[in-house]
This record gives sequence, C-alpha cells and structure tokens, in this order.
Amino acid sequence: MTRFVVRRFLQALIVLVFASVFTFLIFQVIPNGNPALRLAGRTATPMQIAAITRAWGFNKPVYVQYFDTMEKIFTGTVVSYSQQVNVLSQIRQGLPATASLAIGASILWLLWGIAFGLLSARRPRGIVDRVLAAFSLTAISMPVFVVGSVLLYVLAFRTSLFPNGGYVPFSQSASQWFLHMVLPWFTLSLPAAGFYSRVFRSNLLETVHQEYVRTARAKGLSRRRVVLGHVVRNSLIPVLSLWGLDFAGVIGGGAILTETVFNLHGIGQYAASSIQLLDVPPIMVIVMYAAVAVVIIGAVVDVLYALLDPRILLNA
Amino acid sequence: MSGEHLLEVEDLRVSFATEDGVVRAVDGVSFYLDAGEALAVVGESGSGKSAMSMTLMGLTRDTNATFNGQVYFEGTELIGASESTLRHIRGAKIAMIFQDPMSALNPVYRVGEQIAEQIRAHERISRRRAGERAIELMTRVGIPQAAERARAYPHEFSGGMRQRVMIAMAFSCSPRVLIADEPTTALDVTVQAQILGEMRELCEESGVALILVTHDFGIVASVAERALVMYAGQIVEQATVEELFEDPQHPYTWGLLGSVPRLDRPRSERLPTIGGSTPSLLNPVRSCRFAPRCPHAFGRCEEVPPLAFEVPGQHEHRDRCWLSVDDKRALRVVDGSIGLAAASGQSF
Repeated sequence: MTRFVVRRFLQALIVLVFASVFTFLIFQVIPNGNPALRLAGRTATPMQIAAITRAWGFNKPVYVQYFDTMEKIFTGTVVSYSQQVNVLSQIRQGLPATASLAIGASILWLLWGIAFGLLSARRPRGIVDRVLAAFSLTAISMPVFVVGSVLLYVLAFRTSLFPNGGYVPFSQSASQWFLHMVLPWFTLSLPAAGFYSRVFRSNLLETVHQEYVRTARAKGLSRRRVVLGHVVRNSLIPVLSLWGLDFAGVIGGGAILTETVFNLHGIGQYAASSIQLLDVPPIMVIVMYAAVAVVIIGAVVDVLYALLDPRILLNA
Repeated sequence: MSGEHLLEVEDLRVSFATEDGVVRAVDGVSFYLDAGEALAVVGESGSGKSAMSMTLMGLTRDTNATFNGQVYFEGTELIGASESTLRHIRGAKIAMIFQDPMSALNPVYRVGEQIAEQIRAHERISRRRAGERAIELMTRVGIPQAAERARAYPHEFSGGMRQRVMIAMAFSCSPRVLIADEPTTALDVTVQAQILGEMRELCEESGVALILVTHDFGIVASVAERALVMYAGQIVEQATVEELFEDPQHPYTWGLLGSVPRLDRPRSERLPTIGGSTPSLLNPVRSCRFAPRCPHAFGRCEEVPPLAFEVPGQHEHRDRCWLSVDDKRALRVVDGSIGLAAASGQSF
C-alpha cells in the first residue's frame, strides 16, 4: 500500500510538471500572446506597455517566467492578467458549484445507466431493449448546449418551473440550490446515462454466459440471488471504475459546456472564460488542478477496484 | 414409468432452433439411474452428453431450446417443472460438477462463501454455521488448512484444489445424485486420478449416485459400473462396464476402444482414429447416425436401428446396430485387439 501511494504521488508530480510546462509554452508561441498588450488596454502608449512588461517580468527569459509563475502558484499569490484577482480564491469560489454538479450528475447517470442497462439486458433485442437502445443513441449524440438551451427555454424561460441558470450555495438555501442544479444535472447526465446503460447492458449479457453463473444456478440459488449476487455484482466492477474517471473529469472542470450554458460560475466556466482572454495564470492553475484531481481520483478508483475484484493487485 | 429407480429418463429430446435450422442435440435418450450406483456417459464432443446432463438439472436455458420426453426424479417430473421446484432440487438433491473449475467459481467471492451460499440456499442456518460447515467440507475433500483457505479467492488455488472446492460444494447438501461433467479434463493427469478416486469414495460413503460424463474410457473403467455410449444425440450402446470392455457390440464403441492409447502396442504405430468427423446435428442423417463413418455399414443401415438388440446372456446390454452378434464379434477384431477397421471407402 505504501509503495502504491508513493508511486501515485510521484506520478502526480510528473503529470504536474509536464502539464504546467506544456501549458505555459503554448501561450508563449500562440499569436497575440503578449499579455502586456492586453494588460495595457486599447489606448496604451509604447511607454506604458514597456513599463508593464518590466513590472510583470515579461522581458525575462521564458524559463525564469515559468519558475516565477510556479512559485506564485505554490505560494498562493498568483493573480490573473485580465482582472488581477487571486486565481486560487477564484477557484475556491467555483469549486462548490462544480462539485455540486459533479456529485449530483455522476450519481444520477450511474443509477440511470444501471437501471436502463438492467431493463435492456432482461430481454436482449426485445421491444424494451430496442426502445432503450434508440434512446441511448439519441442521448449520446445530443450536444449538451442543445439539450441545455432547450431545457432552459422551455422549463425556465417559458414556464418558470426552474430558475434561469445561476448557482445558489447549499449553505444559503438548500431548496434553491437543488432547484438550480436539477437542469444542469439532467443535462450533463443524459449522454453519460445513454453510454453507461449500453456499457452495463453488454457487461450483463457477457456475465450471464459465464460459467460461474451456471454454477450459481446449479447450486439452487434463487433467481434474485443469482442475478444480484453474481451477474449484477460482477458486471458492475468495470462500470464503477469508468464512473470514477468520468467523475474526475467533471470535478476537474471538464463540464465546460454545462457550466457555461447554466451559468454556474464553476471551474469549467472559469477555464472557458480564461481561455477566451488568453489569461495564462488561471489556465495553468486549472490544468494543474484538473491533473491532480484525475490522479487522486484515479488512485481511489484503483483501490476500490482492488477491493471489488480480488484478482487485481495494486502493486502489480 | 415404474418409479422403482432414483432417476428415470424417458425419450428425452432437446433441440435448438438456430438460423440454419433445428439442431437436435439430444435425440430420444432413455436410461435409468439407481441410488448409489455410478453411471458413465461416454462420447465425443458434440455427442449431446453435456446438453443432456444440463437438461436433467433444468440448466439449459437457451430461449430457442425445446424439450420433450420425461425425466422422473424421486417421482417428480423435471421437464417443464416450475423454477421453484427445480431450485429446491438443484444443489440439494442433484448436484453438479463442471469441467473447468477456474471459470466455474465466481472470481470475486471467497471460496468458503461460495460453499456456504449453497448451504444457505437450502437450509435455515446461520451465516456463521454455514461457514463452519464449508470448512468441514473442505477438510473432507482433502484441502489442507481449510479454515485459512476458505478465506482465499479461487485464483489463489491450483486447478486440482479448485475442483476439490467444487466437489465440497456439490456434497454440501448431501445430494442423492451427483452429475460430473468431464470433471478432470482440465486437470493434470496426476491430479485426475486423485480427484476421481476421492469423488468415487465420497459417493460410496454417502450413497450418492454418480453420473460421470466423459470421453475417456480409462476413467469409465476405473469409476463406473454401467456405461452409456452416446453418438450424435443418441445412445448407441449401453451395458455394464465389464460387458462394454469385454464384449462391445457397436462399431462406434469399437472405434473408441481402439483409439485409447495402449502401452502394449509398438510405439511407432500411429494411434488408430475413427475416420470422418462427428455429424452435424443440424438435420441429422435419416440413416443410422454412425453409418456414414462405419466401414461395416450395409443396406439396412439406411434405417435407424432401435436400441434393442440384446446380447444373449447379458441382461443390461443393448446397442443400436443391425449387424448380428456373431458378425460383430468377428468384425471388431483388428490386428488382434478390439478396434474399428479402416474405412473401405464404400458407401452404403
């Protein structure tokens, strides 16, 4: 276990170094990348630009700028170019919305995927299976910005059943928090639920033909016990590990479209607006934060996987 | 149905509807099994022996399968019986051991749990007590340090030990019948004999009747008292084991006996085989099923022979062949021992 933790920690470090260097370099080579021009504003004189360049250190060698930025990030003093506010406090502000979205939506799509997968696998190629297959394909191919916009228009703008976007912290009002999250949860879950139900269905149909399922029946177990204890239990293992990584993607700010459509002011939306402004510090922080989130949750998933399937060894 | 036997199978037919047509996997099989006896079912792969043993337990569950005939077990009809009737027989009255003990055990449960699960399915017993019973059973089938090993997972066992776990599981509810479907085929030869010996011993100790499905005549001789030889879904010969080895009546049986490797033959000789291959069970030939591969086939073989030709003085002995007993006794001798002559190329 110690070896596993140490290895994952080193892995996280390597990922951080590569992700930060790569992100930093991208903004050195893209056109219009000079942040001094944007900081100075539209009517700046060359004198002002030169002053800003000196003050922010944009004239220093690239590697010095990189280490300066990294130092500021790890001491918590890094500020954005565009608004010159502390990036870490911005991330802290965005985290509750993103976490609410990730936790709620991932639970929803997991349960939804399991339910539809089970219904489909009961009678493969039966009418229920065909209807759900059509639903899944549609759900997977519907872009989030279409589904989200239509839902907002119909259920928020036209009928006022739900608030028209925005985020209310749980601590402020639990019911308002819930009402504001329902549509984002649904929107983000829809394609994932379609995908998960197909994956779970095929896992179930594969497991049903395993010989240990035949043994379970030969033992005289009840149908319920065979299905839940042997078929579902074994089919869930790969789904759960997939789920962990998808969850990590959303908590790391990956649900950019959903956060933006519903104006949740989460980390994904912050990333999107920073990219539009070519604002390097927040982008670097978000990339590194996402990388750490994926590595940590990946490690948790691996531990869970080893607990669920004794054949998996953590140190192998 | 006289009801005097433990298990009686009457004209059992199992067929599967496929896209290419109907596959008749089991085609009119009848036999009986008495309490405490050991019966071998012999045949090549595809002869229907596994489909038959699965059907006895109601485990064939292809939606395209149809079943006909009767299977009486202690007076209960099993074909078409309700799932709940079957559930109380499976594991409790008729237990089963499969070919590959690795895939037959669920990889994510401890083996002790898997044995206890079966006990708990049939008896009102605490989880703890069932766990203790599982350990006792594992000790009985020769697993050392059973208390500790019960907490291990299937992948932490060798093939032989895994099959012992399956045997412990099969005996856990004191069944009347044990169906063992090629129980040692996946094991090392050295382990095979041990496992078979232990299985036979356990059956004798507890009066369990054994149906041993195998393709290996060596196993038949060492374990069973009676044998059925199956070919293309039908029984082609049935006899006591002595009669089958001493006085085999069906050409297919000769072929099987002749192709068992023997130490008393010169090594340079090629191992005799039966020419041709097992017939497709899809729309089987209307003739005797074995006729296309049989060097002794003649005109009458176009008609399927009944399983009725009794050998004088051998009450149990029946086979499906039109040849006379005298002809058979002459034709089956090839190079001084029993075998099937090489196909002469004639078609009947």
